[in-house]
Amino acid sequence: MKILVVDDEADVQPLFLQRFRREIREHEFEFDFALSGEDALNYLHDKHSEVVLILSDINMPGMSGLELLSRIRHEYDEPPPMVMMITAYGDEENHRQAMERGANDFLTKPLDFSLLKEKLKTLSI
Amino acid sequence: MDFFYFLAAFLIIRRLNKSLKFSILYPKWRTMLSTATWMIIVGYFAAFALEDIYQDLVGSAILFGLVYYGAKEQDFAAQRSYLVNNIPLAIAGVINFLFGLLFAGFYDKYEQYFGWGTLIAFAWIFGKWATSKKQEEELRISTERRAELESLVQERTIELQKQKDELQETLQELKTTQAQLIQSEKMASLGELTAGIAHEIQNPLNFVNNFSEVTAELIEEMEEELNKGDKEEAIAIAADIKQNLEKIMHHGKRADGIVKGMLQHSRASSNIKEPTDINKLADEYLRLAYHGLRAKDKSFNAELITHFTEGLPQANLVPQDVGRVLLNLFNNAFYAVKEKQKSADTEFKPAVEVTTLAKGKSLEIIVKDNGTGIPDDIKEKILQPFFTTKPTGEGTGLGLSLSYDIVVKAHSGKIDVKSKPGEGSEFKISLPI
Repeated sequence: MKILVVDDEADVQPLFLQRFRREIREHEFEFDFALSGEDALNYLHDKHSEVVLILSDINMPGMSGLELLSRIRHEYDEPPPMVMMITAYGDEENHRQAMERGANDFLTKPLDFSLLKEKLKTLSI
Repeated sequence: MDFFYFLAAFLIIRRLNKSLKFSILYPKWRTMLSTATWMIIVGYFAAFALEDIYQDLVGSAILFGLVYYGAKEQDFAAQRSYLVNNIPLAIAGVINFLFGLLFAGFYDKYEQYFGWGTLIAFAWIFGKWATSKKQEEELRISTERRAELESLVQERTIELQKQKDELQETLQELKTTQAQLIQSEKMASLGELTAGIAHEIQNPLNFVNNFSEVTAELIEEMEEELNKGDKEEAIAIAADIKQNLEKIMHHGKRADGIVKGMLQHSRASSNIKEPTDINKLADEYLRLAYHGLRAKDKSFNAELITHFTEGLPQANLVPQDVGRVLLNLFNNAFYAVKEKQKSADTEFKPAVEVTTLAKGKSLEIIVKDNGTGIPDDIKEKILQPFFTTKPTGEGTGLGLSLSYDIVVKAHSGKIDVKSKPGEGSEFKISLPI
C-alpha cells in the first residue's frame, strides 16, 4: 500500500521511515513524501493511480492542506484515494472543514503512531 | 491792611496744627503751636498801638519768621510749599512799610493800590495752594493706579506660574504615559505572538518526543538483531539512532532559540547593538507573525515567499528592537492581505514576500504584500503615533511610529514606503552595516 505524506517539515520523513521500519521491510507499506500542497499535486499528477492513502498536514505555507484536499476530491475521482488530515490546531473549525471537504479521517499533532498504525492496518485488510 | 499778615500767620499755625494732628509728632509741637496762636492774636491787638506802616512791618516780620522757621524745620517738610506761598505777602508788607516810611506822600496818594497788592499777595497763597493740592491729588491717584496695576501684574504672574507648573506636571505625566504605552504596545504584540510562539515551540517539541520514542524502539530492535546475530542490520539501526539523536538536539535547540527570542522581545530593550544575521531574524519573525495570525484565524492562509541573499555581512543592531519592527511590518502585511481577501474573488492568492540584500554600505530588508495598499490621503500619516486604520481595540497606532523611531533614530537607517491602493504595499528598511 502506497502512502503519500505531505508536510512542510522535512524531518517527518525519517520519522515515518523509522516508525514503519518493520512494515516497510515487510512491504506492507511504501512511503513517499511531498513538502507542499503544490508538490503533492505534481506527484499525484504522475502517480495518482499508485497512491492509496494521503496523509496531509493542514498548516503549510502556500497551498494549505484543506485546499489540497479540495483539489484532490475535485480532480481525482477514480479511484478516490483515502485522505487523512493532520493538524497542530486540533480545533472544531478545522475538523468541520476537513470533513466537509471529504476527508476520511482527522488526526492531531503530536501524532500517535501506534494509533495511526492501527488505523492503517484496518485499512489494508 | 495788617490784618492779612496776622491772618496768614494764624492760618499757617492752623495748617501746621492740622497736618500734625494725627502724627506721633503732635505732642512735641502741640504746646508750642497753641502758644504761637495766642501770641499772634495778642500781637495783632497789641499792634493797634502802632502806626499803620509799622503794623505792616510787624505783621510781615512775624510772617517771615514763621516761614523761615517752618521751612527749616524737618517736621513740617510736607507743608514747605504752603509756607513758601506766604513769602510774596511778607514781601508786600515790607514794600508797604518802606514806601510808607520813605515816600509818605506817594504812599498816601496810592494807598489803595498798595492795599490791592497786599490782597493779591494774600489771595496768591490760597490760589497756589489749591493748584498744588490738585496736583497732589492727581499724583495720589496715579500712584494708587500704579499700585493697582502692580498688584494686578503680580496676580497674573502668580496665575501664569501656576499654569506653567500645571503644564509641566501634565508633560511629566504624558511622558510617563508614553513610556507605559510603549511597554504595553510591546506586550500587546507579544500577546499576538503567543499563539505563534506556542505553535513554533510545539513543532520542535513534537519532533523531540517522536524521535525519542522511535529511538527507544530502535534500540529494542537493535538488541533483537544483535541477539539474532545480524550485525549488519544492527549497525544500520545504530546509524539511524545517531541521526535521530542529532535531530533531537536540533529541535531542542530550535525550541530553545524561540523561547530566548520571546524573552528578549518582552524584556525592556537593552539597547545593546550586536552583530546579527538579518536573514535569521527576518525568518524567525515572519514565522511568528504568520502562526500568530493563523492561531487567531484558522481559515487564513498566505503564501510566504522569501528571497534571502546568502552570505550577507552581519548588521550591527539591537535584535529585539529590529525584530519588533519586522514583526510589525509582517503583521501589517498579513492584515492587509487578509482585508483584501474579504472583498476579493476566490482567485486572489494572498502573498507576503521578504527580500534581503546588500546595497552599497547598507543592508535592505523589503517586506512586500499584495494586500489592500495604502490610500494616498493617509500615506503621510501612517508613521504618526496613534494613527491606525484598524477597528478600535485592534491596533494601538504605535507600531509604525515606534518602528520609525527604532530604524531612523536608533539605527540611523531609513524606512521607505511604496504602495498602490488595491494592489499592495512595500516597506523597505535600510540599515547601515
